[in-house]
Amino acid sequence: MWFDFAAAFTFIVVGAAFVGVNLLISRLLQPRHPTAVKLSTYECGELPVGQSWVQFNNRFYVIALVFLIFEVEIAFLFPWAVVFKGLGLFAFVEALIFVGILLVGLAYVWRKGDLEWDKPQTGKYARESAPQFFEDQPAPVESEVREHVMA
Amino acid sequence: MRELIETLQSDQSFFAGLPPAVLTLIFLVLGAVFFATVMALNALVMVYAERKVSAWMQDRMGPMEVGPHGILQTLADAIKLLLKEDIVPAAADKRLHWFAPFLIFAVPCAAFVALPYTREFVFTNFDIGVFYVASITSLSVIAILIAGWASNNKWALLGGMRAAAQIVSYEIPAGLAIIVIVMQVGSLNFNDISLAQDGGIHRWFIWRYFPFNLIAFVIFYLATLAECNRTPFDLPEAESELVAGFHTEYSGFKWSIFMLAEYAEMLIVALVGAALFLGGWSSPIPGFLNSGAWGVLWFGLKGAFLMFTYMWLRWTLPRLRVDQLMHLSWKVLTPFSFACILGVGLWMLI
Repeated sequence: MWFDFAAAFTFIVVGAAFVGVNLLISRLLQPRHPTAVKLSTYECGELPVGQSWVQFNNRFYVIALVFLIFEVEIAFLFPWAVVFKGLGLFAFVEALIFVGILLVGLAYVWRKGDLEWDKPQTGKYARESAPQFFEDQPAPVESEVREHVMA
Repeated sequence: MRELIETLQSDQSFFAGLPPAVLTLIFLVLGAVFFATVMALNALVMVYAERKVSAWMQDRMGPMEVGPHGILQTLADAIKLLLKEDIVPAAADKRLHWFAPFLIFAVPCAAFVALPYTREFVFTNFDIGVFYVASITSLSVIAILIAGWASNNKWALLGGMRAAAQIVSYEIPAGLAIIVIVMQVGSLNFNDISLAQDGGIHRWFIWRYFPFNLIAFVIFYLATLAECNRTPFDLPEAESELVAGFHTEYSGFKWSIFMLAEYAEMLIVALVGAALFLGGWSSPIPGFLNSGAWGVLWFGLKGAFLMFTYMWLRWTLPRLRVDQLMHLSWKVLTPFSFACILGVGLWMLI
């Protein structure tokens, strides 16, 4: 056992060292003339506006939570799968219950729309209708908007 | 590997005088250097193959200038990349920017430890080999996130975020498809799994428990393709929208480390697929070249075939949209892989 993990650890270290040696060779061979423009962030030639370390609307964040649960489940299923042959029906029913509960969770997330790009607004907190431009007037038709923009 | 060290110690050779720990360390380091070289050569060959395959599919010639039929083209590219200036953007997080290439290369390198190369020779006889490879290859998502985040570039960050969502989502069906096979063998040792499929093409797991194993293979294939960020799942580095995705700000040899790691990861998932579903090192024809070092040939050929199909798909299918990607993983592959586990489980009980 210790041999296996020692091997894995050695491979990680040697893999990192391989990168290090090659980057060192590259460092010795390459020209280095950094300028301010060269070191600027590449965003298609435009000067970048602000940092990219900002908060943004990350889609599918619920999937991270669902993933966590399912990944733990897979970690539990691996030992079950190894001994499944010997245990038979009892183990099968147990796993069925275990997986079943999680599948109900998946169905819930699916039904709630967290697997969609735009989560549909339903239930208690949903808006009654689409937001309108002016509260007491109907939404302007397209031609009016265009005129307004042109002016 | 361990047996080899023991025989060398008992022998009256140069190695006999060395303490066992030192001898083990020497062999492990030699093995690791060998596999790191294999990774680099694999990328050289596969980049060339990819260019030629794509060229032939589009009725072009591909690289023809450097060497006969351009076989030295990727070598020339590698040397060129070695000589290129390495640019770290002033706005980037320099430490993390440097750290990401190390991590992304070390992770696939460590996965080579557990794969079964021949009947007799496994580098380590990992009893939890399958689980180990599945878990260590999924570490690459951390390296990709680090690369995307540290670049301080909006394209890179979006690419890294996409990669995280994608790799994480497709790990579920891939893991479940592996469990389908583990159930049938009752072992996580790669060599046991290959041994259970020994004796010809009809014994391979892909045909057994029809159609559940075949479906599991398709699920595993698609999920690992997505985990390698290959087309049609190459959204993290979609050139038309994100410049180059998470490695936009990488240049010179650091960039090529990302390419090496990508092709190494492809090789690993192809070899794992070959070991789990296509018989590993065993020969497709019963009793034909089915012993000793020939195992490496069969294992390599199966892996190479799977890698060829990855290229084939890349030049055939258009890229998916992000929500289609999520749809495929969570609403199609995951339920189907649970159905496969259920089906195989019931079949085994009957």
